[in-house]
Amino acid sequence: MSKKVLVLGEAREGALRNVSYEAIAAAKQISEGGEIVSVLLGDSVKELATELVKYGADRVITVEHPHLKQYTSDGYGQALLAVIDQEKPEAIVFGHTALGKDLSPKIASKLQVGLVSDVTAIEGEGDAAVYVRPIYSGKAFEKVKVKDGIKFITIRPNNIAPLVKDDGKTGDVSSLSVEITNLRTIIKEVVRKSSEGVDLSEAKVVIAGGRGVKSEEGFAPLKELADVLGGAVGASRGACDADYCDYSLQIGQTGKVVTPDLYIAAGISGAIQHLAGMSNSKIIVAINKDPEANIFKVADYGIVGDLFEVIPMLTEEFKKLKVNA
Amino acid sequence: MNIYVLVKRTFDTEEKIAVSGGKIQEDGAEFIINPYDEYAIEEAIQVRDAHGGEVTVLTMGGEDAEKQLRTALAMGADKAVLINIEDDVEEMDQFTAAYIISEYLKDKNPDLILAGNVAIDGGSGQVGPRVAELLGINYVTTITNLEINGTSVSIKRDVEGDTEVLETSLPLLVTAQQGLNEPRYPSLPGIMKAKKKPLEEVELDDLDIDEDDVEAKTETIEIYLPPKKEAGKVLEGELAEQVKELVHLLHSEAKVI
Ligand SMILES: Cc1cc2nc3c(=O)[nH]c(=O)nc-3n(C[C@H](O)[C@H](O)[C@H](O)COP(=O)(O)OP(=O)(O)OC[C@H]3O[C@@H](n4cnc5c(N)ncnc54)[C@H](O)[C@@H]3O)c2cc1C
Ligand SMILES: Cc1cc2nc3c(=O)[nH]c(=O)nc-3n(C[C@H](O)[C@H](O)[C@H](O)COP(=O)(O)OP(=O)(O)OC[C@H]3O[C@@H](n4cnc5c(N)ncnc54)[C@H](O)[C@@H]3O)c2cc1C
Repeated sequence: MSKKVLVLGEAREGALRNVSYEAIAAAKQISEGGEIVSVLLGDSVKELATELVKYGADRVITVEHPHLKQYTSDGYGQALLAVIDQEKPEAIVFGHTALGKDLSPKIASKLQVGLVSDVTAIEGEGDAAVYVRPIYSGKAFEKVKVKDGIKFITIRPNNIAPLVKDDGKTGDVSSLSVEITNLRTIIKEVVRKSSEGVDLSEAKVVIAGGRGVKSEEGFAPLKELADVLGGAVGASRGACDADYCDYSLQIGQTGKVVTPDLYIAAGISGAIQHLAGMSNSKIIVAINKDPEANIFKVADYGIVGDLFEVIPMLTEEFKKLKVNA
Repeated sequence: MNIYVLVKRTFDTEEKIAVSGGKIQEDGAEFIINPYDEYAIEEAIQVRDAHGGEVTVLTMGGEDAEKQLRTALAMGADKAVLINIEDDVEEMDQFTAAYIISEYLKDKNPDLILAGNVAIDGGSGQVGPRVAELLGINYVTTITNLEINGTSVSIKRDVEGDTEVLETSLPLLVTAQQGLNEPRYPSLPGIMKAKKKPLEEVELDDLDIDEDDVEAKTETIEIYLPPKKEAGKVLEGELAEQVKELVHLLHSEAKVI
């Protein structure tokens, strides 16, 4: 039976995050031909709506309000529940982002429904859909079914491919006006630490450094390699704790969860908390002086050696490859 | 201040994990307090020491979870509660867990509830916000700093590496992120004292919960280990040759570049 699916679109600094498009693709699979309605919340988001249509949404509903300029669970919760009340969707998809993680349990609790968090794959369609998610810090997986009621999931970024963009596709964009009251949280300030350039959680190539990088300057060769490959630089907790880089680069259970096509770990030992954030990567390369380092156990390719020798050589080789290509 | 900490007994995921009969093999496995809950316990103790009051650690689970509760008492919590569901609940999900926990808390008037931001085994991060919603109180997730002044609360939270500075008020539920504090180890006198601290055990009947009320909304139909990766290729030979080979492999074999 076809289902109406509601998808939360998420913007960051004025642009939609990729996971918004991936969520539409997930919704498509759950919908079995039913309608896909994207929702955008914010103080000024209307101009982003057509992009969602091009990626597969049939309709877009926007709720604009000054109180929605910054995310709060109260504000976004009120807006989204009003949309849900109007649309009565049979399934809901969010990205498993900081926002999605914070908001989804509130909505699920309010609706008294189940919620399958951090889904990395969907098998089957519609009512038969089974959701795959990592458990035990990524060491195992479970397949989960939603018994009855609204099917509500959050998807891990970079795991479900978005639909092919169709520039000719059109769809209705409407706005809903919602009264947003009684916010119990007031955001005073957001200290942005994430660097510009490629968003780490959406990057196709990640070059990550650990304590083996030894200093802030030690990250420079990694940055150079990332630039050549159009990727982003990440780090282990060890490197962040040692002040070699900012915590916004941290990958792992506490930090960002990444699933790039290529993950290069340089001077990272491979603690389970780090693996939890990257073990789903398609190809993992380990560069480490210690042949016994745990990271080699999850690596597809490994080089035992000094990262300060290996990384610059890699950069040169990739440059040559790019020139020849 | 009336402070509660939600503590989950979890599998130590640093250990080897095996699956048999569609279940995670638990025999002989190490169980610990969920690491993010340790930050929550530590913060609760610090808040109590600064503002007075009482810290109660609460877990829902089986008899075995008493060990983790005793550890929390040894760290410095005052009281413990075990909601023992061993004989009553056959299936469970985050809806069930949050419902049971909130039914216990609903007449306890907590000022502050602390939880972990995520359990390292189940990994959903749902239970904290769900409990807050069921109790009708506000929540803030992944906090790295907490300051309480009367009923006003100033918080810093981690948002994908950015820091959000916010103000809210009690009653409140917060979930702990790494960086909030350095959890203390239980001291020897602490361990001795913990043995005498009150540990209350309740069952669903005591909470007037009917099994049907807590029927899970989702169902795990399979648990499995990821397909064993072929042992990675550790390259050999001259370093320059290794680097050339790696670039070639990434380009032609793995096709990621
Ligand atoms: C609750 C909790 C949550 C955590 N969350 C995270 C998380 O999200 N992310 C995370 O990363 N960690 C996390 N950790 C920390 C984790 O346990 C490890 O301590 C951390 O990942 C280690 O970082 P590292 O690999 O850089 O350092 P180390 O373990 O010190 O490893 C450094 C490696 O560099 C190699 N090396 C040194 N010099 C060179 C060189 N010149 N060339 C090549 N190799 C070299 C060494 O052989 C070694 O293997 C968490 C821990 C806890 C308790
Ligand atoms: C048949 C069956 C039996 C189960 N029995 C148990 C059991 O005995 N104990 C158990 O913990 N899980 C049990 N589970 C798993 C249970 O469904 C999940 O652990 C629970 O829903 C929490 O989800 P999560 O692991 O994603 O935690 P998250 O939502 O990621 O946890 C976040 C935080 O919520 C708090 N929290 C979570 N769970 C508990 C808890 N049980 N008590 C106190 N605080 C908590 C902690 O502060 C934790 O850091 C069982 C599951 C099945 C299918």
